[in-house]
Amino acid sequence: GSIFIPILSCKGAGNGRCGTIDPAAVPADLVDKLERLALVDFRTKQGLACLEKAVRFAGQLHAVDTSGVEPMDSVLEDRALHLRGDAVTEGDCAEELLGLAERTVEEYFVAPPGMAEAAFMSSHQLPENHREE
Amino acid sequence: MAASCVVASELLQNTKQISMFFPKTSRFIRRISTSNLQCDKQHQLKTNSASQQLVGVVGLEIHAQINSNTKLFSGSPVRFSAPPNSLVSFLDASLPGTLPVLNRRCVEAAVMTGLALNCTINKKSLFDRKHYFYADLPAGYQITQQRRPIAVDGTLTYSFLSGKKRSQVIRKHVHVKQIQLEQDSGKSLHDDVRSQTLIDLNRAGVGLMELVMEPDMNCGEEAAAAVRELQLILQALGTCQGNMSEGQLRVDANVSVHRPGEPLGIRTEVKNLNSIRYLARAIDYEIQRQIGVVQRGETVQNETRAYDSKSGETVPMRDKEGLQDYRFMPEPNLPPLIVYEDDASLPSGIDPGQAVVVQEIKEGLPELPSVRRERLVQTYGLLPEHSFTLVNEDGLMEYFEEVMKGTRREPRKVIGWVTNELLGQLKQRDLSVSQSPISPAALAELLELQETGHISSSIAKQVYQEMWNSPGKTAAQTIQEQDLGLVSDVAQLHSICQKVVDSHPDEVCAIRSGNTKVLNKLMGLVQKETKGRADPVLVMDILKQKTS
Repeated sequence: GSIFIPILSCKGAGNGRCGTIDPAAVPADLVDKLERLALVDFRTKQGLACLEKAVRFAGQLHAVDTSGVEPMDSVLEDRALHLRGDAVTEGDCAEELLGLAERTVEEYFVAPPGMAEAAFMSSHQLPENHREE
Repeated sequence: MAASCVVASELLQNTKQISMFFPKTSRFIRRISTSNLQCDKQHQLKTNSASQQLVGVVGLEIHAQINSNTKLFSGSPVRFSAPPNSLVSFLDASLPGTLPVLNRRCVEAAVMTGLALNCTINKKSLFDRKHYFYADLPAGYQITQQRRPIAVDGTLTYSFLSGKKRSQVIRKHVHVKQIQLEQDSGKSLHDDVRSQTLIDLNRAGVGLMELVMEPDMNCGEEAAAAVRELQLILQALGTCQGNMSEGQLRVDANVSVHRPGEPLGIRTEVKNLNSIRYLARAIDYEIQRQIGVVQRGETVQNETRAYDSKSGETVPMRDKEGLQDYRFMPEPNLPPLIVYEDDASLPSGIDPGQAVVVQEIKEGLPELPSVRRERLVQTYGLLPEHSFTLVNEDGLMEYFEEVMKGTRREPRKVIGWVTNELLGQLKQRDLSVSQSPISPAALAELLELQETGHISSSIAKQVYQEMWNSPGKTAAQTIQEQDLGLVSDVAQLHSICQKVVDSHPDEVCAIRSGNTKVLNKLMGLVQKETKGRADPVLVMDILKQKTS
């Protein structure tokens, strides 16, 4: 499912969706969900105020009537996608890459704490192609 | 329902074929309407009459690793085993400042696969980011094709052998919803002792084709047959090597139960299936488990389950706390992917290396398994179930064709040796066709000796067994050493037949009074005398003479 923030503010002739957001009205479970998805703590008064500002800012988009107009989702839409030939040109730099990590064990990266915790794992639904080793 | 209509029409098509080979059973088959022929075993296990109608519904999500030299968006190598993190580029490690560059070979592979499955190829497809946090996904997102994949709306036609003697070829269809290109993730190894997770990014960024199959299947056997056919197709195309144990082909099954005509039930996702056999077993177990749940009046939980091969059961994998939100967004670094229908539609001045042309790929498609089976039937006059077995077992078709080159014996008389004798021995010893100690030439020699009348068919079987026991000894050697050659010396045969006739006056009487079947008994006795080496045609003639 995709996230849909239902309450937006608008000025002038929009497509009719109007309303104002009240920081206290952001449901607690929505805040929970957002925190988990983004791994950011923002459950403070400041954090919620910031959220409200962001929603208002985005709401300005509704001031314009866009019915019948296909959204532009990439500024590259008129560019040609470059195709690369299937020859090996990189890789084989384990030492260099492992050198960037804080902790390694015998040529493996070590996942930061929290990623391996049962609580973290159970609350995150892994997507379809993920293979538990 | 569309699915059951397809099943019904397949049944009707098959009744024609079935009534050709099995005239008695065709009457029985016409009486079956919507119940699925192959999944009858499910129904037989039920005791409660209400639950007799509950059927399983199976959909599949398959991830096929693309057979290419380099990864989907970077030039690092694709290889099964290598030292940890040695096949990783800066992009794969998600270092800042790197950008994805699409591998042409992966696009061609996806188009080829789409064409082989009768899909519509989207001339314009798009890439998206799918966000989630996990240690083996360094970027925090996977590049995939959620909005508009490269191929949609195809069909996978598969068959399997059924019936008491496994001689009926049942054909079915599954709707392929879509094929999309996406990145593979790295691998995580959980070290529970030290409470840490070790990450190897060698697999991160490898190109995958995700194939989504609609819930048109009803049991483990169907799903297994569909996956097997897909494996054969991908291997024939060369787009994926399809080795499930090496993770080149990963299958997740969506399983639910319902009564036909009613809405679909709640589904569970079954993962960790790394062989076709486990796939079938896991699905059948899950269907039975869900039927049990429904029968008890409980509700099936929408959850992910893993298959435990030791116990043969599916077990819950993790709790689902609400649906995951992947926050899909367009991949900002990649323009739309355009493929062209034919040379005529190419924009002028385009570099051919930059254009993927569907028509060219279509013309270059190799022989697909279904075509191959048909060709074997046409060329050698084989029965459909024989050509099915030949194509289904790796290397068996090549073996058969090699044998045919070395003997003049009719294909129909050779096929049994390959699909029964050879395959039986291989399976017993857990060997693949390529590991067979008996070469096609050696088998051809044996059959040629039989064809030219040097040995009888029962001796041939004996010699064949000996060839397995002492590989390296040719058929000719064994025949000579053990004096197994066909006895065609008329005088000798006459005297043996006379002996048998003289010592069985009752049987001779029976024959003379019209019971000719008793001749077979006398034939058997003669063969016993000659240890199976008598020429059966000659013996029959002589016996008939002597008992007339």
